[in-house]
Amino acid sequence: MTLLNLVLALPALGFLALLFVPRDKPQVIRALAIAVALIAFIASIGLATGLRSDVPGMQFATDVIWIPSPEIHFHIGIDGVSLWLVILSAFLTPICILISWRFIDKRVKEFYAFLLLLEFGLIGVFISLDLFLFYVFWEVSLVPMYFLIGIWGHERRIYAAVKFFLFTMSGSVLMLVGIIYLYNRAGTFDYLAILNQMAGGKLSFTPGQELLLFLAFFIAFAIKVPLFPLHTWLPDAHVEAPSAGSVMLASVMLKMGTYGLLRYCVPMFPEAARRCAPWIIVLAIIGIIYGALVAMVQPNMKKLVAYSSVSHLGFVVLGIFSFTQLGFDGAVYQMLNHGISTGALFVLVGYLYERRHSLAIADFGGVATPAPWLSTVFMITMLASIGLPTLNNFVGEYLVLQGAAQANFRWAVFAAIGVILSACYMLWLYQRVFYGDTPEPVAEHVYDLNRREWAAVLPLVAMMVWMGVYTPSFLPPITRANTAILDQSRMNVRFRVALPPAPYLTAREVPRAR
Amino acid sequence: MILTVVGTLLMVIEPLGGPRWSRLYGHIALLGLAGALVAAVSAYSTPGPAFSGMLIADGFGAFFRVLVIGVGILTVLASYRYLGREGVDTAEYHALILFSITGQCIMVTANELIMIFIGLEISSIASYVLAGYLRDDKRANEAALKYFLLGSFATAFLLYGIAWIYGLTGSTNLSAIRTALLSRDSTASPILVAVSAALMLVGLGFKVSGAPFQIWAPDVYQGAPAPVSAFLSAGPKAAAFAVFLRVFMTAFAPIGPGWEPLVWLSALLSMTIGNFAALTQSNIKRLLAYSSIAHAGYVLVAVAARSETGTAAAMFYLAAYALMNIGAFAVIVHLSGKGERFVGVDDFAGLATRQPFTAALLTVFLLSLIGVPLTGGFFGKFYIFKAALESHLVWLTVLGLLNSAVAAYYYLRILVVMYMHEPSEAASEAEPLGAGMKAALVLPALGTFVLGIFPSALLTFASKSAVLVR
Repeated sequence: MTLLNLVLALPALGFLALLFVPRDKPQVIRALAIAVALIAFIASIGLATGLRSDVPGMQFATDVIWIPSPEIHFHIGIDGVSLWLVILSAFLTPICILISWRFIDKRVKEFYAFLLLLEFGLIGVFISLDLFLFYVFWEVSLVPMYFLIGIWGHERRIYAAVKFFLFTMSGSVLMLVGIIYLYNRAGTFDYLAILNQMAGGKLSFTPGQELLLFLAFFIAFAIKVPLFPLHTWLPDAHVEAPSAGSVMLASVMLKMGTYGLLRYCVPMFPEAARRCAPWIIVLAIIGIIYGALVAMVQPNMKKLVAYSSVSHLGFVVLGIFSFTQLGFDGAVYQMLNHGISTGALFVLVGYLYERRHSLAIADFGGVATPAPWLSTVFMITMLASIGLPTLNNFVGEYLVLQGAAQANFRWAVFAAIGVILSACYMLWLYQRVFYGDTPEPVAEHVYDLNRREWAAVLPLVAMMVWMGVYTPSFLPPITRANTAILDQSRMNVRFRVALPPAPYLTAREVPRAR
Repeated sequence: MILTVVGTLLMVIEPLGGPRWSRLYGHIALLGLAGALVAAVSAYSTPGPAFSGMLIADGFGAFFRVLVIGVGILTVLASYRYLGREGVDTAEYHALILFSITGQCIMVTANELIMIFIGLEISSIASYVLAGYLRDDKRANEAALKYFLLGSFATAFLLYGIAWIYGLTGSTNLSAIRTALLSRDSTASPILVAVSAALMLVGLGFKVSGAPFQIWAPDVYQGAPAPVSAFLSAGPKAAAFAVFLRVFMTAFAPIGPGWEPLVWLSALLSMTIGNFAALTQSNIKRLLAYSSIAHAGYVLVAVAARSETGTAAAMFYLAAYALMNIGAFAVIVHLSGKGERFVGVDDFAGLATRQPFTAALLTVFLLSLIGVPLTGGFFGKFYIFKAALESHLVWLTVLGLLNSAVAAYYYLRILVVMYMHEPSEAASEAEPLGAGMKAALVLPALGTFVLGIFPSALLTFASKSAVLVR
């Protein structure tokens, strides 16, 4: 049993264990949930320290047959890209449990059970190396999130939950068609084996087929990202979800989409991806600017953060479809940054909601007077989100812009407008909520951070600074993995047979095609 | 055989027993079914033709026999409380179920059009009576009458088709028909063969409630007593599909390219009509009726694939579908209350607070009906669409899967009211689960998970037996 299996199994075991705890013991349930989540997180750090830089390809791999016919493997493994996303999931789950400690007081057992099940699904998505297994985890993560929004959300929760489910589902059934089609052609669901066949020239598509396959995967991922104009489920889901749901949704779940683009669309369908890239980039840039503009006029704090996510995720897509090393690195780094800083924003907005029981910006003002520490932490998070140098987002945005500029300078110019706009809406939000006169209800209800709240938010702030000032802790494995993906993608386009297989592929022999 | 004996026995002892024994009838029926299960499995160990070639004991037949008998067992288990509640706990009910299953067992193993017809009639007549079993209920009577009239009409079509093909090929044996159609010097005119195939398609299309012959299903499922609806939606349907596969994959395989577009169209219509009509239903029995039409459409996709993988996929799907649908109907039986007052979708409100265990089980069934991974319903769909893509039915696959996304909406609606609304009268009044009902819920739920996590055993068996159908 490798460490990776342990990281995957812990949340699932925690989920099962929770089902057997009597429901009238909420303290036991909370304690168990956070214990499991913390152990999983510690174990996931072991992955980072154990990932070797001198070994190419997937590490911590497990490959056993799950279903013999059609052959479906339980094949998992990580490289530098999935590593950090796994850690991000494991890092945020205990934080989500902490921020829900008091806030969730009905059906406590189900809440934490679903949260752990969600963690299981998310980690599974990032480590699957079998397309079928990937699809299974992809769908499995959908169910707990649906319940988290639908049961513990705000007023319009049911609408939001159903919309969320249906949007994702309609995208993913198309992906399923694509997966089955690939299987019928390649005779395997194994991701590395399929790449190998493509590299060896055994498996090739006509441009039309490749385009359709690319779109089948791309639409599923684009809905999840969400890419303009498929983003409409996101504001609803974010606003209605409970804080923990919003955090997991924004910080990890959206990354399923961008991860999918990077891991599957780019190397498997390189020509179609390149052909579509200009269109996708246009959509991404529209998303960046549109998201920022809409965020600016939102009267609701959560909605504002939700639209800012649309804008930030546009950067990630831009980075990926620039097809440059810097763009890829920036995209992955930006995925993590967005996870940390937007997660923190949702945590803080959640704190404000717990105090004032409102999300409307107009109901706040002068919060800095009764709650100076809360304001300070919010300030740091906001600056990180804007992209202030020395904080994390700056690094990611810079790399993406640099990469985009290498590909086409105009893209970078338009995208940079988004950075400026993000400063506008964020600073304006901060001004309206934290400065000015303190109205009576705010002075009465808003208090400063307590110890539990500190415990949840301090690690996030620490990460913002760490990722902002010392990138060598994080970037090298990402770069290595991205180089492999980029090589793979390039090789499949131009020198289909001429080059030896990328180091990425040496981990596995080519299985016989059926 | 055992079934008939026990069924008759039940009829005989009823007048002797009196109401005190009412539970006993159920037990006897269960025993009979268990005996039949053993017999069905042991018949598989000595495969070959029986009754001078009229029946054939092969893997395909054994698979469906076990399936329909299993459906019978679950139905009986789910009926205990219900019959007591409605004050109709007579032996007749169990006897009818046993007869119906006998008919289905004959259908699925028949190698002969006449035997198929006889089995179908035994099964159908018992089902007609079952649908109208609540004599004083207006809806049940309407359901029975409708079922009977339309059903006989369809049977007539089938019989007409049989007569026609007999006239053309001189045989009612499926393999003989196939040989006759394949032989070069066949005198049968292709048009007449096509007509007879079309007639049988209509007859069987009705039995599996595939569009455009689905009109009866919603009324019948809604009007019939809830456990009977559970039974109808799983047992007779599976048997009818078995016949469908045998007739079209064996006898009419030579003219496959001819009937494929018709099945293609019927599959698409069933899925679309079923799913879109279900969107607006407020009665849960009616909703599941439309959903069962849609599911018939998915199985028809597998038939349209015209391949062994398609047949295997259809078999797997029918097994998974029987489990999840019986489970879902069993929850309705449990909740409906006396006189079936609570059969609206809204009556499920707050079930999760009052009876979290029941709600969790229903969640499993609904997720399986949606087709979420790790449940049997997902693998069923997956195999079907895989088979369809192998046969290059790309558009049907895409439309079918999009359909299943539409379907998610109405299943989610039930989840929504169950988990996210305040408890309703029905949920508050619901009694705790009885032993029989518990078994009728837990067994299919376990089965759904087993099919969803370890599908290979059943699939391997299905693929092996699918080869026999040709």
